[in-house]
Amino acid sequence: MKVMPGYAQQGVAENDSALLSVTDKKRLLREMLYARRFEERCYEAYVERKIGGFLHLYSGEEACAHGVLEAARPGYDYVMTSYRDHIHAIKCGSDPRKVMAELFAKEGGTCKGRGGSMHIFDVEHRFMGGYALVGGPFPLAAGIAKGIKMKGGDEISICFLGDAANNQGTFHESLNMAKVWDLPVLYVCENNLYGIGTRIDRSTAVQDQYKRAAAYDIPATQVDGQDVEVVYAAAKQAIEHVRSGNGPYFLELMTYRYRGHSMSDSNAYRSKDEERSWLKRDPIHILRNRLIDSQDLTLSEFKDMDKAIIEEIENEVIAYAEQSPEPAVEDLEKYVLAENDPYVHGGAS
Amino acid sequence: MKNDACLYWQALNRALDAELAADDDVIVLGEDVGLYGGSYRVTEGLYARYGEWRVRDTPISESSFTGLGVGAALVGLRPVVEIMTINFALLALDAIINMAAKIPFMSGGQFPMPLVVRMPGGVARQLAAQHSQRLEQTLMNVPGLRIAVPATPQDAWWQLRQAIRSDEPIVVLEHELLYFSKGPLDEAAEAPPMHRAEVCRAGADLTIVTYSRMRELSLRAAAQLAEQGISAEVIDLRSLRPIDWETCLASLRKTHRLLVVEEDSRFAGAGAEVVATLAERAFFTLDQPPRRVAGEELPIAYNARLEAASIPSAPSIVAAAREICGQQPPEEKS
Repeated sequence: MKVMPGYAQQGVAENDSALLSVTDKKRLLREMLYARRFEERCYEAYVERKIGGFLHLYSGEEACAHGVLEAARPGYDYVMTSYRDHIHAIKCGSDPRKVMAELFAKEGGTCKGRGGSMHIFDVEHRFMGGYALVGGPFPLAAGIAKGIKMKGGDEISICFLGDAANNQGTFHESLNMAKVWDLPVLYVCENNLYGIGTRIDRSTAVQDQYKRAAAYDIPATQVDGQDVEVVYAAAKQAIEHVRSGNGPYFLELMTYRYRGHSMSDSNAYRSKDEERSWLKRDPIHILRNRLIDSQDLTLSEFKDMDKAIIEEIENEVIAYAEQSPEPAVEDLEKYVLAENDPYVHGGAS
Repeated sequence: MKNDACLYWQALNRALDAELAADDDVIVLGEDVGLYGGSYRVTEGLYARYGEWRVRDTPISESSFTGLGVGAALVGLRPVVEIMTINFALLALDAIINMAAKIPFMSGGQFPMPLVVRMPGGVARQLAAQHSQRLEQTLMNVPGLRIAVPATPQDAWWQLRQAIRSDEPIVVLEHELLYFSKGPLDEAAEAPPMHRAEVCRAGADLTIVTYSRMRELSLRAAAQLAEQGISAEVIDLRSLRPIDWETCLASLRKTHRLLVVEEDSRFAGAGAEVVATLAERAFFTLDQPPRRVAGEELPIAYNARLEAASIPSAPSIVAAAREICGQQPPEEKS
């Protein structure tokens, strides 16, 4: 059982860090820090009962979404993921205020309070949804890819899911179809080693998830998901492969979630030693320290950035979510079906 | 085109052909829908005409090719997914119920869901329990879905085309014994709204509400009842979600008696909803308690005699109608 990232990187070029400019790295650092503060603020809001239902936080896994989507074209490529979806949506371009308002179940949310934390959708930024059925998005992402291929576009479909989803039938069925039809889809496995409380070695025969893609002759890579530059480099290669019309690709990112699976998870199944070992490889600290070592950032600049983010989230994001009205009960029946569909209601033939 | 003796499968085939020709976004997905031409010939010839990207043979992966249809609908295609039989649709319910029926709502109306899922079902000829199910009640209980149940070639033509053009997720339930039934098809005739029920025989003494293959049996029973002096009105619902209550209520105001005929098994079946709602809305209009003639509470046997005894027949409909109308069943066996 690997609890420390001691695996080999498969097929990633040397000198990856040269791929991102200092400006990009500083922006990514800010984005990841923003993501962390956003999620931790969600935690507080949940405790304050401003957020209800199920809440799954992304803290610890920031480098995955940021590294992959930095290499993609956010807002142009189609992206979907599981219920742990806030940060993917924001990186695609969704307004964090609207994401928070959705968590607060408000009319000003991305989905007008109908979806909640697990179901952020944002058609404008091509964020195609967070889904609460483990493994459910595999075929949907393939369907998006089929649509892209039929229409002749150069977008790609990117599907982020956790390691435990790979034990669903849809993983195998969808990878098979994606390969048979050479669909432009990138499957990103965020391997955080646990399916809720069941560690991967207790649930999964083949623990290196990238190896499973070989069953469908899909090229695959496994890399350190805590180092955003490594993720970026691997994703760049993977995306290049998919966008050039070579069919699907499978990218496995080794990562760790700091919080429990959801807010109702006491996290009792993991050892403190294991948690500490992953905290030493925090994705934000890795990038921060590298920028400090190269004298592109000072610790006080970082602290100022952090402070500004916390204030921004409080003053803009939380304030917007608080002030947004709740959906009106009179609108209860809205959005169930397309309104005034002439083929159903009007008898058009 | 007008055809006095079109087969039901041909009407569906014509509808798919017309929509594939009219709109490049329409695609067909399913097991053996392409090169093979469809298990019931519904997609015959379409692969040759539209190519493998639009008429796509899939692996035997119901859950994922239906989900793939959902994803394709998210980016503007209008997929028509064929599930070889409704029995296999149980594997695809995650895509249909959790995905297609929920995404428009969960996204606050951001995504329409122009998806059609066609599935043959019902009790056919000695296909045994795993190929003889009626699962309309399972789908009827899912808000966000529509369910069309065409019983004639004309309705098959109209409703499948409407379903493809609609932005809503629509399940088209086809009956396996109807594929080779014949009826008139006028392709130029104007369609009624997709969910409008049809009064297919007018009558004064009782209202028979039915759908799908039971339409034909109910009409046969109504003809026999007429010979016995009972005038039955027969309503084909055509749609199980929503149900056109107004047409049913108008009929009950005339006949004051309700008989629901369904092939579905009785307990919590489609007919239970019909009876419950009509009883709520027309209780004081009814002269008699409503009744159902329905499938028995049994898996369907392979043996043909047992199979026939498990679902309604014209005589069982006649007997129930006579009872409601206060007449003894004729020639009661002792």
